[in-house]
Formats: sequence, structure tokens, C-alpha cells
Amino acid sequence: MSEVTEDSIRQESRAWLEANWDPNLSLVEWRNRLIDSGWGVPTWPVDWYGKALSDPLGRVVAVELERIGAVGVAKTGIRSLAAATILVHGTDMHKEKFLRRILTGEDTWCQLFSEPGCGSDLAGATTRADFKGNKWIINGQKVWTTSAHHAQYGLLLARTDWDVPKHQGLSFFIIDIEQPGVEVQPLRQMNSHASFNQVFLTDAEIAPEYLLNELGNGWAVATTTLMHERRGADSLRRYAQASDRPERVYVEEAAEIGVQLEPYKWYPQRGGRVDLVVERAKATGAFDDPAMRQEIAKLLTLSKAAEWTDRRARALQDKGGPQGPEGSLGKLAASNVARMAAQVHTAIAGSDAMLTGEDGALDGVIAEVLVSVPAISIAGGTDEIQKNIISERVLKMPKEARTDTKGPFRDVPRNTVG
Amino acid sequence: MQFTFTEEQEEFRRYLRRFLDDKSTPADVRRLMATDDGYDRDVWRQLCNDLGLPAVGIPETYGGQGFGFVELGIVLEEMGRALLCAPFFASAVLAANAILNAGSEEQKRELLPEIASGETIATLAFAEDNGRWDSGGIEMTATKSGDGYVLDGAKSFVLDGHIAGLIVVVARKAGTSGDTGLSFFTVAADASGLDKRLLKTVDETRKVARLQFSSVPATLLGTDGEGAAPLSRTLDQAAVCLASEMVGGAEQLRESALEYAHMRMQFGRSIASFQAIKHKSAEMLLEVELAKSAAYYAAQAAADGANDLPMVAPLAKACAADAYMQAAVQTVQIHGGVGFTWDNDTHLWFKRAKSSEVFLGTPAYHRERLMQHWPA
Repeated sequence: MSEVTEDSIRQESRAWLEANWDPNLSLVEWRNRLIDSGWGVPTWPVDWYGKALSDPLGRVVAVELERIGAVGVAKTGIRSLAAATILVHGTDMHKEKFLRRILTGEDTWCQLFSEPGCGSDLAGATTRADFKGNKWIINGQKVWTTSAHHAQYGLLLARTDWDVPKHQGLSFFIIDIEQPGVEVQPLRQMNSHASFNQVFLTDAEIAPEYLLNELGNGWAVATTTLMHERRGADSLRRYAQASDRPERVYVEEAAEIGVQLEPYKWYPQRGGRVDLVVERAKATGAFDDPAMRQEIAKLLTLSKAAEWTDRRARALQDKGGPQGPEGSLGKLAASNVARMAAQVHTAIAGSDAMLTGEDGALDGVIAEVLVSVPAISIAGGTDEIQKNIISERVLKMPKEARTDTKGPFRDVPRNTVG
Repeated sequence: MQFTFTEEQEEFRRYLRRFLDDKSTPADVRRLMATDDGYDRDVWRQLCNDLGLPAVGIPETYGGQGFGFVELGIVLEEMGRALLCAPFFASAVLAANAILNAGSEEQKRELLPEIASGETIATLAFAEDNGRWDSGGIEMTATKSGDGYVLDGAKSFVLDGHIAGLIVVVARKAGTSGDTGLSFFTVAADASGLDKRLLKTVDETRKVARLQFSSVPATLLGTDGEGAAPLSRTLDQAAVCLASEMVGGAEQLRESALEYAHMRMQFGRSIASFQAIKHKSAEMLLEVELAKSAAYYAAQAAADGANDLPMVAPLAKACAADAYMQAAVQTVQIHGGVGFTWDNDTHLWFKRAKSSEVFLGTPAYHRERLMQHWPA
């Protein structure tokens, strides 16, 4: 066998794509063809649709797909987290049953982790799984669940043992969402959108073979999923460019992306829309007010400094250096930018900040900024959790004294919600 | 745009830090700030002869080492960190860049080599008693007299103006205002009619003087009446350099606060274990890192001679000034009572933060300039 190099991979994948890429296939037909060739997920194991390539070599293949305009495997949403988790912790049966349909996009997945009673403290989950007869019976409530309303399967974190310490009593399951014991309801947010669901589990059933890894090892499995969550957020951005070309495969992919992104239309607004500030200030005359100019300049300064800090962090990583403090600080900076932007937009809008929809500034976009910004300092880890992480991991300050991790979970004070 | 330092630049920084750790301890700072000269001649000689620091930003044609504002930024960041008491900013930043921007080819060849070698300590006399940092604040008049000029008026806030051997002065033709009629001049320290007075400063580590000019003979630097453009360029470059110096000081404060928090025991535990202190420390890190990013970006923009320097320079200056002052306030706070004492070193940096906040213009002044230069 000849040596695998960037060039050999580029030539091999290019040759295969030129011979096989056909935009007139259905999306599923094409993806099945791609998956069978190994070029769909080239970094996956050879036994499971891949070619066991390194990440850099995988990127070479991605460039070739893009070059020829070919559609890749389904990657958006929780399905890629599910695939990553199953690849590491699943049995052959799990891989056989789920992986291909994840890659073709036929199945949608959701993540049943957060609960009304535990947000930052995910390991405090109180959704229970009790083994009765020959199956697991699930009772509890999950929240902030993306895509649950059109998902077939869920990754479930549930408590199977209440008499051991917190992190040791959790187990990880794959649950069939389309069953009577699972009720999915949209969760309406303060900005009126419903981007997430809440999921009520009432005597829902799981067959024993859908326990992932060992009983009581759920926290370790969940950590795998969470590790991939950041990458997932990146890929959502990267792959969400729908093509407007007319061939069948593009039309079907655009529909898939549309469904996936629909709940997140307001996401740019939660960042504060600093890009609109100068144009709005000029349109309203605020740009000529010296006091307003100071506030706008403070915001532009913070926003630019945050952007350059992010560029520094990425440049350091590109050089192969360890992730510096700049990376962990990005989220905190984004919260500060968004909060200040909401204040500046309010000051610019004046009384118009009372109005929304077609009566509001910029057809309601500014009002949506004002009521969406509070999400940024909560989602994906609150500012307070970020500050704990920075102080403990970067500044090496002592960890919080904990009283919840030693004894039986049964005795740990907790919320009564759910 | 380069967002990381090269290995050579990092090595240069480590080398400087070792030198300054040794030559500019807090005890040295306290000793020198109590003197009128405000610097140690032996250390200055080593800094010039052994390290060649004043030459870093000066082109090789004029006796310098030909590095740019990124390397100069590293020097200033380390000096700000060590709170070095020396006429470096006055001579190697303000005067050298004023001469580079305003001077004729012949004048650059004549004046810069001695500044690069450290033989001459120079400064820029620009602001006046009105404390303004824009060209509109300049009232000093230059009048033609024979082959040269004579200057009348007063300059204030002149960095190391009491010890500089060469003074670069900005003055205007009588009857002009704003950006018109401005010219650069050089004046010898011992010129007749020049009266120098060291001002009492909050920050004793940075000496400033008031210079009274009564028909002081002066030599035109560059072209008569064409001073506005080189002046604004010089001040942008100085703002970038000051931003670098400030983030060095802010980083030093942040580290000292963290070190103290780890050591200080109250209620049977280190105060670093309290969430109030942990979160404050995380916020300080964020503020300082943001200011560093702006300072580094601005240094690169100055090095590249980027078109957006007039927007980036005031942004970096305002950002660093706020971060430095904030770090100083929080460092005193984390130290508690001991942070308010004279014996604790925090106040040395606190006062440098205060003088840097307003030197070359307050953050509000620079934010207004940022708005004027923000792309339409």
C-alpha cells in the first residue's frame, strides 16, 4: 500500500468525486453513495464508513467536496453529537442501527440533558430511570431541548442510583422519542420565539440494550457529548450555507438547513448587533450628540478589542500553542459587548425602544435585540460559571468548597421542580 | 495583520524582562522618583550601550536598529511593567518620531544618531498651560528673526523637559489657528531666554516640566507652516506606544493582586478562595487581555503605517487607559488596608495609571477622536 499523503488523498478523493458526484440524485441517495465510498466521514474508523484519516487529511477531503460543489453528509444539529457519542460508547448494534441514518439525515436527534432543576449543575439531574420487569421506565422533565419536536431519538441522561454520590448515579440512554410516554412542548422565550422544547417523560420506556456504556457511567458519556458540543456549534455555522442551485440534491439540502436553522433566526440579535449602531445613530441624529458619541465609542472599542482578542487566541492555536486565557475569555467578552450594545441601542432609539414589530425601530429588529441579549450571558454556561472556570483553570485560584459530591445523592439538597 | 509575536520577539521580551527585573526593582523606583533627575545614569547607559533600546525604533540610515513599532511596543510594555524611571518615552518615542515625521533628510541624519545612541536625551514640547492635546491648543508663537526663528510663550506637561538636552517644540505663526501655521523647531536646552521648572507630580516616576520661552532662538525642523500632519502622526504613534506601556503596567498590577490574594488568609482560608475575589480577578484578566489585544493591534497598524491608524491609535489609548486605571483601583481593593499604605508598592503603579490616563489626552478625548475617524 502506498503512503497516505495530502496529495494522494486529494487525488484519490477528487477522482472518486468526479466519477460519482451527481446533483440529480435525491439527497439520501447521494449521501448513501458518499457514505459507502468512505469519503463522507473520512476521519471515522474504516469499519464504520470512514478511512481513519487524521483531522488535517479530513480537511483535504472537505476542500475537495467544496471544490466540486458536492453536498456532504448531514452534520447540523444534535445528530453529529449523537454520532460522536455512539462511535465512542456504542455497541456494534447501536452503530449499525443509527450511524448511517444520522449521516444521511433521515433521523434527527435531540439531547435530553438540562432540567428545570439543574442548569449549570448538570450532574444534579433528577429524571429517573427505574428498571421494572424487562425494561427501563423513565420519569422526569427535560428542558432547552433543540429539535425535539421533529426528532426520532434522544440522548438521555437519567439517574439510576440515588444511594451513591451524585456523579456516580447517572446513566446514559438512547430513547425513542416517538412513543406515548414522551410529550414534547415548545418552550416560549422572553423574546417570543420558541427555539427549544421542554420534554415531559411519563413512564416512557427504554429496552435494556439502549443503555450506553455501563450502568452508572452516564456522566463520563455525557462528557464526551459535551466535548463535541463546541465543535458542533462551529460546524452549524460552517455548513449552514444553503445553495440556491436548482438540482434536486441542492433543493433537498436547502430544505434540511431551513428546518434546522428556523428556530435560530433571532440569534444575531442576542449578540447585540453592534454592526447596526453607527448607521442607527446617523439615522436618528444621535451621532451628533457628544454624550451619545462617548457611549458609542465605548461600545465600538469593546467590540473591536473582543474581536482582536479572539483573533489572537486563534492565531496562538494555529501556531500549535496551548489554548491561552484569550480563548476562555471570549464568551465573557461577548456578554459584555451584547449588554453594552443593548444599552446603546436603547439610548439611540429613545422612546422608540418601547415599540416592537412593524411599529418598532428597523421593523422590530432593535426591539428584538433588547429582549434577546439576556440569553448570551446564560446559554452555553452562565457568565458566573465562566468566571469560575477562568479563575480556577487559568488563574489557579482554589476551587469552591463542595458539599454535594461526597455522600449519597438522595441526601443532597435540591430543587423540587420537575 | 499579525496576531502573535514571533519567537525572536518573545525572546527579546524575555531578555528585556530579565534586565528590568534586575535594574528596576520597586526599591529602585522609589529611590529614583525621589530625585529631580528621575533616572539612574548607569542604568540608562547600559540600556543604551548594552541593549541599544533607544535605537530600536529608529531606521538604520539614522543610526538606529531599524525595527518597528511592534518591537518598540514590546520595549514599552516591559518598561511599563517594571515602572522603569528613565527618559525613554520622551526621547525615543516623542522626540525621535517627531523628528522622523517632520524633519528634513539632512536634519534626520544630523539629529537621530545621537538620540539612537542615547548620547542626547531629547523631548517634545507640545502641550501648554491649557492642557489640550490637539493642535488647537497651541498658542506659542514663532517669529522669523534673521536666518532663524524666536519662540515666545510657555509649554507645559513636557516629559523630562528639565533634563533634556534637545527640545523639539511645536509653535505657530502669529495670527494662525487650528492646523494652519504650525511648525516644528529644535531648541537647545541651554538656549537664552528659556526658563525650565520641574512640576510637582502625582506620579513621581514620570517627571514633567514647564518651559517658559522669552524670545528663545530656535531652528526650523522641516517645512515652515507644514507641521499639522507630522504632529498628528507623531501623536498617534505616541498614543500607540503609551498604550503598550500601560498594558504592561496593568498586567503587573493584575499579577500582584492575584499573588496577594493567594497569600492573604482571612476567616481561616486564602481570600483567593472567595468567589467575590475570584470573579473580580477573572474580570481583571478580561479587561487587561482586551486592552493588550487593542495595544498589539495598534502597534502592528503603526508598524505597517496603516491608513486606519488615526482610528486605531485613540481606540487603543482609551482602552488601555481605562483598563490600567481599573486594574489599579481593583488591585488596591484586593489588597485591602495594606493597599492604601505608602509602603505597599501598589500606589506607584496606581499613580502611573493616573498620569497615563490623562497624558496625551483623556479617554473621553480619544473616544471622540475614534468617532471622528470611524469609517463612514
